[in-house]
Amino acid sequence: MLSKNQIAQRIAKEVRNRQYINLGIGIPTLVANYIPEDLDVVLQSENGLLGIGPFPKEEQVDPDLINAGKQTITLTKGSALFNSAESFAMIRGGHVDLTILGAMEVSENGDIANWKIPGKMVKGMGGAMDLVASAENIIVAMQHCSRNGKSKLLKECSLPLSGLACVKKIVTDLALLEISPNGGFILKERAPGVSVEEIKEKTEGKLIIEGEIPEMKF
Amino acid sequence: MIDKTVKNAQEAVKDIQSGATLLMGGFGLSGIPENCISALEKSSIQDLTIVSNNAGVDDFGIGLLLKKRMVKKMISSYVGENAEFERQLLAGELEVDLIPQGTLAERVRAGGAGIPAFFTPAGVGTEVAEGKESREIEGKTYLLEKWLKGDFSLVKAWKGDTAGNLIFKGTSRNFNPIMAAAGKICIAEVEELVPAGELDPIMIHTPGIYVQRIFQGEKYEKRIEQRTTSS
Repeated sequence: MLSKNQIAQRIAKEVRNRQYINLGIGIPTLVANYIPEDLDVVLQSENGLLGIGPFPKEEQVDPDLINAGKQTITLTKGSALFNSAESFAMIRGGHVDLTILGAMEVSENGDIANWKIPGKMVKGMGGAMDLVASAENIIVAMQHCSRNGKSKLLKECSLPLSGLACVKKIVTDLALLEISPNGGFILKERAPGVSVEEIKEKTEGKLIIEGEIPEMKF
Repeated sequence: MIDKTVKNAQEAVKDIQSGATLLMGGFGLSGIPENCISALEKSSIQDLTIVSNNAGVDDFGIGLLLKKRMVKKMISSYVGENAEFERQLLAGELEVDLIPQGTLAERVRAGGAGIPAFFTPAGVGTEVAEGKESREIEGKTYLLEKWLKGDFSLVKAWKGDTAGNLIFKGTSRNFNPIMAAAGKICIAEVEELVPAGELDPIMIHTPGIYVQRIFQGEKYEKRIEQRTTSS
């Protein structure tokens, strides 16, 4: 099983040179730590920044520089600042190349639920609905199963949706999967030490297995 | 040049009445109108509708107004940092409209810009779409959303001049420029207020036409929610 950092590490391998990328809160933020040094990419922060730099040293901490998760950050060379309407115009207008976010549930046709557990957790959707409705390229980071062993890769999401038919790729603690255009989770890679059988057992939605499934390489 | 200066926060907010709709700038605790919130908290008004991306934390920002039960309704996109808010919401004590952040930004922008409605893809197929007109445009489905306006906007900037021109610092800009335009009366508090003529016109983020009252805030705590450093 992959740790959160390892999930982030595997997702980072999907990043391409010269991409503008939005990283959601949680595991997606960790992806920034694993993007290869030789790639030029720009991280977009929905609260009005292009070019998120590393976390500050203690003496550099600035309350006027935070990311979408309200963590203190720094700028990078070539950063730009703008307002929230501009930020979401950039997102909705399809200018962000890659969106990486977390999910509570994903369905076999790419629906995503990541903002509400009725009666228990209603924090709000933030920018998630805008991001999933606008991005061509969406990668989800998530746990394969809930804490009580229930699959989170489903035929149909049971939780309130954030978006329809939008997820393209998923990295869980057990596997890397792609959503088939005809519906179904295509198993592409297994986490080291994890069997196809285990992934089958833990995937409630349709799982498509073609040929030998390789282990992830790090 | 027109002078928008008022003495202080108390002067600025004194005619805000119970039942008002207030538009507030800020993302998390960054760029929130601290001094106006403090002045409001000392008043006895209630039944406020507040439009703000977030709801502060329990003991700072809008959280202070929530704690004092001054707020009837919140229109926000994310309220996760405020446990009291979530509790009031789940207990049915507070009316809440949770709307996508981009939709919130665009509805308020539209309010200040005279665009009564627009189409957006955010929320199609979700709870957000309930009760709303949708339309297929060039093969994709969009929801019809309406403008959002308020009685007052409370915004916070880094520098401002007496003509109401505003400059923001870092990511404290966020919703402030758009909230400014969509309130009937915009109250701007700034860290540094200078006479008109001192700010370079090229550098202005929010032109003074949108601002009706401006004052220099007495003090700024600028609380940090998640102090995150590299080792």
